[in-house]
Amino acid sequence: MSFPWAKQYTPSHPFMKWMDERLPLPRLVFNAVGSGYEVPRNLNYFWNFGFLAGLCLVLQIVTGIVMAMHYASNTAVAFDSVEMTVRDVNWGWLMRYAHANGASAFFVVIYIHIFRGFYFGSYKAPREMVWLLGVVIFLLMMATAFMGYVLPWGQMSFWGAKVITGLFGAIPLVGEPLQQWLLGGFAPDNAALNRFFSLHYLLPFVILGVVILHIWALHIPGSSNPTGVEVKSESDTVPFYPYYVAKDGWAIGVFAILYCAMVFFFPNALGHPDNYIPANPMSTPAHIVPEWYFWPFYAILRAFTQDFFFIPAKLMGVLAMFGAILVWFFLPWLDKSPVRSGTYRPLYKKFFFFGLLPAMAVLFYCGGAPAAEPFVMLSQLAALYYFAHFLIIIPIVSAIEKPKPLPFSITESVLGSDEGAALAPAAH
Amino acid sequence: MTEAEGVRRRDFINIAAVSAAGVAGVGIVVPLVSQMSASADVLAASSTEIDISAIKPGQAIKAEFRKQPVFVRNLTPKEIEEANAVDVSSLRDPQTLEERTKEGKTNWLITMGVCTHLGCVPLGAGEGEAKGEFGGYFCPCHGSAYDTAARIRKGPAPKNLEVPEYEFASDTVVKIG
Amino acid sequence: MARILSILVGLFFTVALAWSFGKGAYTQITEPPAATAEHEFHLHPKEVSHSFDGPFGRYDNQQLQRGFQIYKEVCSACHSLSHVAFRDLKAIGYSDAEVKAIAKGFQVPGIDPATGEANTRPGLPTDYFPKPFANDIAARAANNNAVPPDLSLMTKARHEGTAYVYSLITGYQEQPAELLKEFPDAKTPNGLHYNPYFANLNLAMAPPLTAEGQVTYADGTKATVDQMAQDVSAFLTWTAEPKLDKRKQTGWAVLGFLLFATILGYMSYRNIWAGKKH
Repeated sequence: MSFPWAKQYTPSHPFMKWMDERLPLPRLVFNAVGSGYEVPRNLNYFWNFGFLAGLCLVLQIVTGIVMAMHYASNTAVAFDSVEMTVRDVNWGWLMRYAHANGASAFFVVIYIHIFRGFYFGSYKAPREMVWLLGVVIFLLMMATAFMGYVLPWGQMSFWGAKVITGLFGAIPLVGEPLQQWLLGGFAPDNAALNRFFSLHYLLPFVILGVVILHIWALHIPGSSNPTGVEVKSESDTVPFYPYYVAKDGWAIGVFAILYCAMVFFFPNALGHPDNYIPANPMSTPAHIVPEWYFWPFYAILRAFTQDFFFIPAKLMGVLAMFGAILVWFFLPWLDKSPVRSGTYRPLYKKFFFFGLLPAMAVLFYCGGAPAAEPFVMLSQLAALYYFAHFLIIIPIVSAIEKPKPLPFSITESVLGSDEGAALAPAAH
Repeated sequence: MTEAEGVRRRDFINIAAVSAAGVAGVGIVVPLVSQMSASADVLAASSTEIDISAIKPGQAIKAEFRKQPVFVRNLTPKEIEEANAVDVSSLRDPQTLEERTKEGKTNWLITMGVCTHLGCVPLGAGEGEAKGEFGGYFCPCHGSAYDTAARIRKGPAPKNLEVPEYEFASDTVVKIG
Repeated sequence: MARILSILVGLFFTVALAWSFGKGAYTQITEPPAATAEHEFHLHPKEVSHSFDGPFGRYDNQQLQRGFQIYKEVCSACHSLSHVAFRDLKAIGYSDAEVKAIAKGFQVPGIDPATGEANTRPGLPTDYFPKPFANDIAARAANNNAVPPDLSLMTKARHEGTAYVYSLITGYQEQPAELLKEFPDAKTPNGLHYNPYFANLNLAMAPPLTAEGQVTYADGTKATVDQMAQDVSAFLTWTAEPKLDKRKQTGWAVLGFLLFATILGYMSYRNIWAGKKH
């Protein structure tokens, strides 16, 4: 769907006409990210992160293909092959650091993208499908990142693989056989490394496919915007090209500067030193942690220290860790408020800024800290809030909250008045 | 500043910005392409030293150099004679045996064991292998036949078997590369 | 209905967490965890500055060569350097001929061409630094049951690795009396050496650099223990991150260009949106 005032694709060159009749790919591009896609004019910089996420995916696929050209997925040589890439391959050090830090950059961008969605209610009708596909992408990203971290076969790789597959061991009855099936053995070894490599190469292309669906689903209702008010007239929108191409373009520049500063000057800052020690199945490092982007969920996993009635603590932790993400799937139906944007929801806004964000910050911090007090107790409180926020607070708030008056239209919110819209009510 | 000049200045900035993006794109492609060329460990692959003391006249051995075979052959006086008897100007790749060996060591024919047609390893270096109708090497892939100076005489190969860079470290040791 | 269900699920998780929190807090109060010697006496690496610190820092080849000398004459007796080849030494300023000579000075594993049996031969520039022990078992047997770790990546495999190596080498000391007073069971076992910079305080490695002039530097630098420790930690930084100079150089070129391009992009963005309020 597009708005009636959107520009139509009209090929002028005979070749483009010929092409349009046979494979209307230029038309698709024109309507997706060209002049044919009308976008609310009032998007703020948080809306740049969708485009940046797409860029990160391409970056990871390109540098990943390069890394795969030099990588050997065998436990005997995997660690050495990565080192050899860094030391001997032309620009190999750049490819390795770009790929490793690219994963972090991707997650930074994605977390901002997701929390933008939380605040501005991007998950609400009619964009539920966009949201659901987004959560699927996030889950796939986590699986891909986890398997990628195993490949260099350092100490953290090995123990990460062991601990995470150990989670599946918590499932009653099928747990242990399932864990053995996942690893192809009793502990991570060649079989596990090879399948992780295979899947680590496959999943990004699955992500790419779901991203295309995500964008397709987005283009049906069109982009949301900071007011949460639907587009009403032509003066509410601008064409994606050139307006948002220019805006995304310079945002890419800012992103690239920050990312390159990491890659060239602090390439190992986000990694763990222990992963420069080759995997040793006989000795666990003193303090094992996953990569930073898993920390909130890792903190939730570790927050469950006591059996709860007949449910063992280990199973509770696993349930909660997966539940913490799965609950996002239900968000469009838990939040019944007719108002999308947090800007016009005083109560929701308070819980977002003074509840959810601090809780996430605590979970991030505790997930990377040792499993000792006070970190476990802190993460228990933060996790408690996390679940309360999504499952209890949001449903209640959306029922009792009195939203602030919404602007009549996007144009009005930008210009102060909207004379262009024919249906403007007298009193405003 | 007139209206038209303002428009031109603005166009210029847009064009400059797009050009900068183009330069960045090219800059990204350079390492992506160059990472595929031979890495430092491959380029550093050292020279090979071969002990030739055990090779009797009429015998040959295969050694390895840059992951490819090298033929080291001790020619018999008869083979040298045969090679010198050929009219050089009639050859596809005209070269004398002298040009293909070291001075005073004409009997030591050292060549790459890589057919100049499409890279198969010719027969003739191993004990009992077919040497082809010119008594040198014979490539079974597409029927190229080389003579006792490893010069191409028949078949599709365009060049003589390549003589790598080498030197005699002593009377019994050859250093290739 | 959905809301009630959701609140019930929410209560399930929050009550479980509150239960864990309560029990944890109770245990914390009734049985506070005992302090450990590691926790109280472990020290962070010392502050030490090097030529390659900071975004403009570069390796000092003279220092790396001195550090290499320490590795060769002291560390290599027990520690391998398996990711480094002799040819790599060209990057720290040795000529082809010098590299050849250095390689020749090491015996590397080889195969007797006549019998096919394992033997050793003088190293070639393409060879990697040989391991001092055939395998971990041999290493353990020769070193009081501890395996001397490979040093190629040591400075990246520890937090603040360069300072860590320096601190560890210069950090040996008598076990403090307060430690023994507080933790009588934590006495350094026989054959181990007390070192507060080591994670569990007791290290199998004996102090490797003990006397001034233990090596004689080719460039005439006075070989104090502190100097030697700095040099070898610099050398091991290079073995772990040989491309550091090139990385930073490229980085500045890239950042400079990106800054320019981003400013252009911003101007172009302002241009295109000029007159469009948003």
